[in-house]
Amino acid sequence: MTTIVTGNGISGDDWADRDVFAFDCFWNGQELPEEPLAVAFPNDREAADLVPWLDRIGLIVVDFPAFSDGRGFSVARRLRELGYRGRLRASGPLVSDQLRAALKVGFDEVAVAPSVAARQPASHWKVGAQESYQDRIAV
Amino acid sequence: MYMYDDFDAAFVRGRVAEFRDQVARRLDGTLSEAEFLPIRLKNGLYLQLHAYMLRIAVPYGTLDSRKMRQLAYIADRWDKGYGHFTTRTNIQFNWPKLKDVPDILDALADVDMHAIQTSGNCIRNVTADHFAGAAADEIEDPRPTAELLRQWSTDHPEFAWLGRKFKIAVIASEHDRAVLKSHDIGVRIVRGVADEPGYEIFVGGGLGRTPMVAKQIRSFLPKAHLLPYLESILQVYNLQGRRDNKYKARIKILVHETGIDRFRELVETRFQEKLPQFNGVNQKILRRIEGSFVPPAFEAAQPMPPVLGAGLQSWIDTNVAAHRLDHYGIVTVSLKGIGETPGDASSDQMRLLADLAEEYAHDELRVSHEQNIVLPHVPRRHLPAIYDRLKAAGLATANIGLISDIIACPGMDYCALATARSIPVAQQIAERFHELGLEHEIGPMKIKISGCINACGHHHVGHIGILGLDRAGVENYQITLGGDGTETTVIGERAGPGFSYDEIVPAIERIVSAYLDVRTDPEETFIECFRRVGMTPFKEALYPPEEARSNAA
Amino acid sequence: MAKKFNPKMATGNDLLEGDVVYFSDGRWTRVIGEAELALSPEAEADLLGRASQFPNQVVGVYLTDVKLDDAGRAVPAHFREDFRMLGPSNRPEHGRAGQGA
Ligand code: SF4
Repeated sequence: MTTIVTGNGISGDDWADRDVFAFDCFWNGQELPEEPLAVAFPNDREAADLVPWLDRIGLIVVDFPAFSDGRGFSVARRLRELGYRGRLRASGPLVSDQLRAALKVGFDEVAVAPSVAARQPASHWKVGAQESYQDRIAV
Repeated sequence: MYMYDDFDAAFVRGRVAEFRDQVARRLDGTLSEAEFLPIRLKNGLYLQLHAYMLRIAVPYGTLDSRKMRQLAYIADRWDKGYGHFTTRTNIQFNWPKLKDVPDILDALADVDMHAIQTSGNCIRNVTADHFAGAAADEIEDPRPTAELLRQWSTDHPEFAWLGRKFKIAVIASEHDRAVLKSHDIGVRIVRGVADEPGYEIFVGGGLGRTPMVAKQIRSFLPKAHLLPYLESILQVYNLQGRRDNKYKARIKILVHETGIDRFRELVETRFQEKLPQFNGVNQKILRRIEGSFVPPAFEAAQPMPPVLGAGLQSWIDTNVAAHRLDHYGIVTVSLKGIGETPGDASSDQMRLLADLAEEYAHDELRVSHEQNIVLPHVPRRHLPAIYDRLKAAGLATANIGLISDIIACPGMDYCALATARSIPVAQQIAERFHELGLEHEIGPMKIKISGCINACGHHHVGHIGILGLDRAGVENYQITLGGDGTETTVIGERAGPGFSYDEIVPAIERIVSAYLDVRTDPEETFIECFRRVGMTPFKEALYPPEEARSNAA
Repeated sequence: MAKKFNPKMATGNDLLEGDVVYFSDGRWTRVIGEAELALSPEAEADLLGRASQFPNQVVGVYLTDVKLDDAGRAVPAHFREDFRMLGPSNRPEHGRAGQGA
């Protein structure tokens, strides 16, 4: 089972028995079920393309092919800048040390890869209460 | 000097505690080596050939005596009694043990220092003109901008996992002393139409495998827009920069492949989206930063003691530059003693430099990208006393800007990525020309040496650049000529086939004698001469026909 | 004709100390003369496999060519390994060379 980490701790995936649609579902004539939809977002696609559908989407899952591939952090920031207010999930082999940054750029949660979850218990996934430099210098 | 407030102090301590925990998790196996590697790099810790290496940030090259003494303490307590100042104005210790590194970081935090983001694929330590605040030609001190960028870029959540390293420099004068155009982003403070200060922005510079000169992306940016503009550049880069090939992942390649005009459009579009969401920089923080870089309480002009020795006079002529005040000078202390390792300082030398700064020079020190130490504010009346004390410590070498003032990266004596040594080549060149007594006759000359294609030794922008390579298991040195790292940045041109370790110093000697032969008069510097006559005479000197060679031998 | 096989040893750096270490029959040593040698392609793969079993003790494990000196002891074939063995040439006193190892 997928482990979901938020700023408040670890839980299971409450979206597990619903579909997550491919990024292209809005363009390929596919029949879409009732809203809200969950969409998988590859990290090399353009966030602005989703704008017309943002209010039909309840969950965007941004893919992290590797923990060191940081494109997803900009994808999240951009989706938030474009006005997306729904749930935003980072999915991939992120390590616990990246949780703080993930939450700061606008993710609500991280779906931890099983390979990482096996080694990193819940106690490792903490954010601390530290204010960031970016919070402090920009009003 | 910027002093940490409670936030800075708590932040840096927090990061030390975090790293202590990360080391523990690495040791118990919950963090794999692959995961730990980028984490330790973001905390300045490399694994070199013989040991770990800790690279400590010296933001915009500025130090005071307290910081310098702490570096000396660290060198003695946890290292082997010396440190190496780098072309990024940082200091490296070559022998720390992993288990000691958290304690070293705590010792740094004691004096408002850290090693955060001195390595790894993130925004690196921000550099600035090492004469900042002292040079007559600057519009304003570039360091408040550099400190703002340090704070903004520290632990930036969006840009901590870029495709590649990202370097930013800030200057505030026409004349470039910080190799601005070899940075991913170069920020130059300029004046706008109403004489108000703002920024000219350059992007896409970098040395390394594909050297590129940064291009202007904005001729004038209002000061208040700096952060959203840089965030726009970084966001475009983070999303669109190549990730398929380490050697094509720098922003210079993206700018090159996209074209500067198209790249500018992408950035400006992003910027127009971001600007309305940006409410400006917290003015209280900004004022505190600006207030940290006010000029020291300069003394009134006083009579200068007579200069008695020729040694002192020569040192003043070579190592002391004009200050914005006539009765002050900017002293560059050479870390290029003849036969010494460029950029190395022993703990005793560090302590002496700290003492001199405190006693004579308003307690300020700078690290220059040319691997020397600068005392930016020295009343000229103190020059004789300073010279005497430097001399006693072996630090009075009068060679700034001359052929023995060589930049050399650590090369294969330390660096795991090296393909050949740099240090002994620098040592031998300095020794050779010193022995010939030709340094002053040759005049201004910048030799820069890198031990691999990564170009940490800036060889592309050396008047003479030397690149050490591994040719079938043997050290081999390639020469480039005509490089320039100032406001007229030029990437040097390759002279031809490389030279072996034993041949490289004689090859440099042949270049220099060709210059002495073809220059119009002693006033024409090497680089001016090269621009006038081009590569040919130097090529002929480097690669004489077989016969001439054997006759000469 | 088959390419001549170069004997190999496995080397890396100690995780805690950073020191250069060589693999020798199930353990790691700082003494290059004790390094275990692989004398065939099969032995080479086996050596690397066994040397890679210590992820929390040694990092960056790789194989490197060795030559045999007159006394039959392993010495590095490449100059990079000479520096790793001896320490920095500008400060030999700080490397292994200076410590008589
Ligand atoms: S240029 Fe190469 S050898 Fe020199 S310090 Fe940089 S990476 Fe190491």
